[in-house]
Amino acid sequence: MEDHEIKPILEALLFISAEPIPIDRLKEILAGVAKNIVFEKLSLLQQEYAQSDRGMQIVEVAGGYQMTTRAEMAPWIRDLEKIKTSSRLSQPSLETLAIIAYKQPLTRAEIEAIRGVDGAGVLKTLMDRRLIKIVGRKEVAGRPLIYGTTREFLLYFGLANLTALPTLKEFTEIAERSAEPDITWDRVDEEFLQTVGVNNHSEEPIS
Amino acid sequence: MTDLETDSGIGVKVDAFEGSLELLLHLIKENKIDIYDIPIAVITKQYLDTIDLMTSLKLSIAGDFLVMAATLIHIKSKMLLPVHETEEEETEEEDPRQELVTRLLEYKKFKEAAGTLESYETLWRQIFSREAIHASEPSYEISLGDVAISDLLSALQKVIARLPNKNVLTIEADELSVRDRIDFILSMLEKESSLLFDQLFAGLESRYHVVITFLALLEVIRLGLMKVLQVEHYGALRLIGTENLLKEPVA
Repeated sequence: MEDHEIKPILEALLFISAEPIPIDRLKEILAGVAKNIVFEKLSLLQQEYAQSDRGMQIVEVAGGYQMTTRAEMAPWIRDLEKIKTSSRLSQPSLETLAIIAYKQPLTRAEIEAIRGVDGAGVLKTLMDRRLIKIVGRKEVAGRPLIYGTTREFLLYFGLANLTALPTLKEFTEIAERSAEPDITWDRVDEEFLQTVGVNNHSEEPIS
Repeated sequence: MTDLETDSGIGVKVDAFEGSLELLLHLIKENKIDIYDIPIAVITKQYLDTIDLMTSLKLSIAGDFLVMAATLIHIKSKMLLPVHETEEEETEEEDPRQELVTRLLEYKKFKEAAGTLESYETLWRQIFSREAIHASEPSYEISLGDVAISDLLSALQKVIARLPNKNVLTIEADELSVRDRIDFILSMLEKESSLLFDQLFAGLESRYHVVITFLALLEVIRLGLMKVLQVEHYGALRLIGTENLLKEPVA
């Protein structure tokens, strides 16, 4: 494949795909092209879109690349297409999601301890909207379920991955906790992207 | 206070403050208090007042609110105990507020993170891809527009504070109902398209009328006929009729 062919192919793939495409998948399709070259061409394409007056942009979201419209185009798009947007998340949902996103995996009791409120209803809503999922059980008495965020969570907020979350404002001496989360960010990230990638939409909602 | 639900036939249930921590943070913010040095007496009083108001509005109050009330009173009583003033620094003595402050700060941190997520949500809702066009979710939640219920409650508290302090027992044959006030709000909105929150309460002298009007306001919002906007922080609340108001004449 000639070097100048790569970028237009990438553009066409991004245009046609309904989902963000992981860079590894792009590399697979462009058989024989090195990953760093794919990345380089993607960045170039991204820059070209950003620098010229375009209605589209190329963004990194949920572990892949995607062509989307730019936010400024929204009013015109809504005029053309009847887009059924989901309702916005309520304040309790956003708070619960923030806690899960930063401290995952964690149990319902741990979430409730921070918010000081019963969280069953909110968790159900978030499960129904597939923004969180059960990632296992905590090995303590009662083996409570533990929750984590999903790929849909990243898609909903337009985040490239979990590390793209802004760092929490730290209140140093107070936030110091003896119990560190037992899974690091990168591991959670990879783990759930893989799980979801292979096993999309198969989680059972809480009954 | 009369039973609003049986009078009007319309029961409005709103979770004004979801939890006691949220309410406390709200009070701290409103009073511009240093979170590390909370005047417990002041906050406890305001906290209990708010719970009273919520009770009179028939808002559901979780047991957690009462636990916090007890905690606040406990802290207050501890702080009243004489401190041995042998040394200036209380090396051993822990501030009785410490645990509460820790909880508040932890909660505040995630509340702020939730705010950040919300701004991402707002932005990303303007961005579409092929997937987004097809994805749709049923709508479960009612939006109060750009104003939180806590802002509405604060505004209501101000209206109530302005009421003339008369304790007259009135017996009136035809009391206002929530339905009357809904009709009133809708007719105002049709005439003016935009109202100030306070305009709805102008001329009302009894707490009952104010509360009825507030319930009517919540109902109109719930029906999606009106949005509440606040142009600047701590600014006046402005009520605006939505497209639905123009489309659907309400029976």
